[in-house]
Amino acid sequence: MAHCHNTNINISIPPGARRIVLAGNPNAGKSVFFNYITGLYVDVSNYPGTTLEISHGRLGGDVVIDTPGVYGISSFNDEERIARDIILAADVVINVVNAVHLERDLFLTRQIIDTGVPVLVALNMVDEAEKQGLVIDTDLLSDLLGVPVIPTVAIKKQGLEQVKNSINLARKGNIDDELQQKLTRLADRVGSQGEALLVLEGDTVVAARHGLEPENDREQIYLKRRERVNDIVHHVVAENSRGAGIGTTLGRYMINPVTGIPILLMALWAMYQVIGVFVAGTVVGITEESIMIGMYEPAIRNFVGRFIAESSNPGIILTGEFGVLTMTATYVLGLLMPLVVGFYFFLSLFEDSGYLPRIATLVDRVLTGIGLNGRAVIPLILGFGCVTVASITTRLLGSEREKRITIFLLGLAIPCSAQLGVIAGLLAGLGPQYMALYALVILTVLVIVGTMLNTLLPGKSTELLIDLPPLRLPRLDNVLRKTGTKSYAFLKEATPLFALGALLISILQITGALTVLQKALAPLTVGWLMLPPETATAFIMGIVRRDFGAAGLTDMALTPMATVISLITITLFVPCIASILIIIKERGRGEGALMWLGTWVIAFFAGGVVAQLSGIFGGNDSLSIPLVIATFIAITLAVLFTCRLAAKPKPGSGLS
Amino acid sequence: MTLDKAKRGQHVKIISIPNENIRAQAIRFGIAEGEVVLCEEVLPAGPIVLRKNRQEIAIGRGLANRITIALN
Repeated sequence: MAHCHNTNINISIPPGARRIVLAGNPNAGKSVFFNYITGLYVDVSNYPGTTLEISHGRLGGDVVIDTPGVYGISSFNDEERIARDIILAADVVINVVNAVHLERDLFLTRQIIDTGVPVLVALNMVDEAEKQGLVIDTDLLSDLLGVPVIPTVAIKKQGLEQVKNSINLARKGNIDDELQQKLTRLADRVGSQGEALLVLEGDTVVAARHGLEPENDREQIYLKRRERVNDIVHHVVAENSRGAGIGTTLGRYMINPVTGIPILLMALWAMYQVIGVFVAGTVVGITEESIMIGMYEPAIRNFVGRFIAESSNPGIILTGEFGVLTMTATYVLGLLMPLVVGFYFFLSLFEDSGYLPRIATLVDRVLTGIGLNGRAVIPLILGFGCVTVASITTRLLGSEREKRITIFLLGLAIPCSAQLGVIAGLLAGLGPQYMALYALVILTVLVIVGTMLNTLLPGKSTELLIDLPPLRLPRLDNVLRKTGTKSYAFLKEATPLFALGALLISILQITGALTVLQKALAPLTVGWLMLPPETATAFIMGIVRRDFGAAGLTDMALTPMATVISLITITLFVPCIASILIIIKERGRGEGALMWLGTWVIAFFAGGVVAQLSGIFGGNDSLSIPLVIATFIAITLAVLFTCRLAAKPKPGSGLS
Repeated sequence: MTLDKAKRGQHVKIISIPNENIRAQAIRFGIAEGEVVLCEEVLPAGPIVLRKNRQEIAIGRGLANRITIALN
C-alpha cells in the first residue's frame, strides 16, 4: 500500500511491505509484543530532530515499528507527535491495551480507529484484571469497537502467537456516523482519513502539511469519544467486589504526606541498605578486591608482560596504574557494574509498581518551590540511574522552562548510579556525620540553584496533571530483564569512555603532563579546596565520567573532611561526556555550553566554601561539621527569602 | 467553588476547566466537564487526587484552584 505522507522517519520500507505499527499507552506492554513479533532482527533508529529512539524490525516481508507510549495522538509532546506520524502512515496497527486500565487506554484505541487504519487490539494483562476482580467480555468489546480483540498475558507469552497470526484479521473499526461524514468530506482534500481526523482535531502541524487552517472540533470529538469509551467500559466490564483491595489503600498511603514520606524514606533506606551497604561493601569487596585486583590484574599483567615490558610506555598504558586493561576493567566490572545493577534493579521496581507517579504527587508541593512540578521528580529520580537517560525523559515536562531547570539540576546535582555507588561506599566508611554533611550540601546547592533559576527565568512553570496507574506487584522476571538490559547498555556506553579516560591519564602520566597539571591546578585544589595535589587527577578523570573521577578517589589516602570535600566537588562537577552530548542535543549548543560552564563554577565554589568554612571553624571535624551545616542552612534560607521577595506575581499558565 | 476547596471523600461535579489543552488532557484521562468524580485525597498545600471509577489523576494545587466545581 502506498502512503504518500511524510513520516520523517528513516526506515526503509521495501516495496510491497506493510507497516505494522505497535501502539499503546505507557506501560501497556508493547515492547514484549514487539520483541516477540520481530524476533531478534531489531534495528533502532533515531527519530530525526529528537533523541527519541524508535525500534523497528521485520516480520516476513513486512516492517514492524514500535512507538512511544502515549495517551493519545495529538501534539502535546514529542512522543505524541512521533507516535502520531508513525500511526498515520501505518497499514496495520496492533493496539496494546491494558485490561486493568480500559477507561484510560480505550481513548487511544478509539482515536486510532477514527484514523481509519485497520486495527487489531491485544487486550493485555487480563490475568491482572482478573486478580483485581474485573471480568471483561472480550467478544462484546470486539463487537463494540468493530475490530478483533485478543486477550493476552504478554509477560507469560500467552496469546502472543495468536496476535502474530491474526495480524491479517485487523480491520477498520466502527466510527461515529456524524464524524465519519466529516472525515470523508475532508479526506477527499487531504488524501487520508487519518490526516483528516487530525485536522479536525485542530492539530496545527498536520493542518499545515496540507496548507489548511486547523479546525477546532477537538473538544467536541474528544467529549464524544470519552462518552463512547465510558459506555463501552460500562457494558463490557463487570466488577466483582473483591477488587480494590490493598493496592488502592496502599496507593493512598503513598501520596498522603503523613504516611507517604515515611514510606518514601523507608524505600530509600532499603535502597541504601542494599546498594550502599551490601553491594558497595560485600559484593564489591569480592568483585573488585578479590576477583579483579586479586586475580584478574596479576593474570593480565603476566600475560601482557610476555610481549611487552611492564615499565615501557605501551606497558604502562596497558597495565600500569591507570592501565586500559587493568584500571578500566577493574573499575567497570569490579566496582561499577555491581552498583549499577543494584540501582537499576530498584528503579525498575519503582517503575513497574506504579510508585513513581505517586512520588511525583507526594513531592509536587516541594518541587513547585524550585520552578518545577511533581512530574520533574521522575527525571530527577531516573538521574540517579543515569543522567544521560534522565535528560532525555525531561521531554515529558510541560514547558521549555521546566526542561531547562530540570536538565541543569540533573547535570549539576544528581549523581548517577555508578557515581553514587562509589560515593556511598566511600561515605559509609566515614560515619553518619560526614554523610549528613555531604547530603546536606548537595541538597542545599540543588535548592539554591533551583530557586534562583525559578526566580530569574521568565514565565511560570506548568501545573501537575498526572495519571496514577493502579499499583501492582512488579513481576520479578520483568524487573530482572529491565535491570539486565539497562546494565548492559551502561557497560556498552561506559567502557569505551573509561578506556579513553584511562588512555588519556596514562599519556598525561608518561609525558609528565599530569604532574604539571597537578601543579597548575594546585591553587584550586590545594589552596581553595584544601586537598592534596593528586586529587587533580580525579577531576581530570571526572571530565570523562564523574563516576570515573569518584572511583579515582577510592585509591587516595584522604582525611575524612578532604574526602567529603572532594566528593561534593566531584558530584557537582561537569556531567560525563555522554550526558553533556545529550544535554547539547536537547538544549542546543549555547545553552549546553552555558550549563557545562555553570557546573564547573558551582562545583568548585561549593566545594571551596565547605573547605574554607571547615578551615575557619578550626579543622576539628566534630565541631566544624555542625557549623558548616548551619552556615549552609543559613545561606539557603537567605536565598529563599530574597527570591521570595524578588518574585513578582506571574500570570498563570498551562499544564504539564 | 473551586476544586482546591474540595474535601477528601466528597463527590464533586466538574463545572469548568480553564484551559483548552488541560481540558483535552483531562478528557483523555476520563475526567470531563459535567462529570461527577470522587475527591480521593487532598494533600496539604499540594495536589488534589480525583477518582472516577478506576481512573485516578492528581491535579496540582495551582491548577485545582482554577477548576470550578459544585458539590454533588
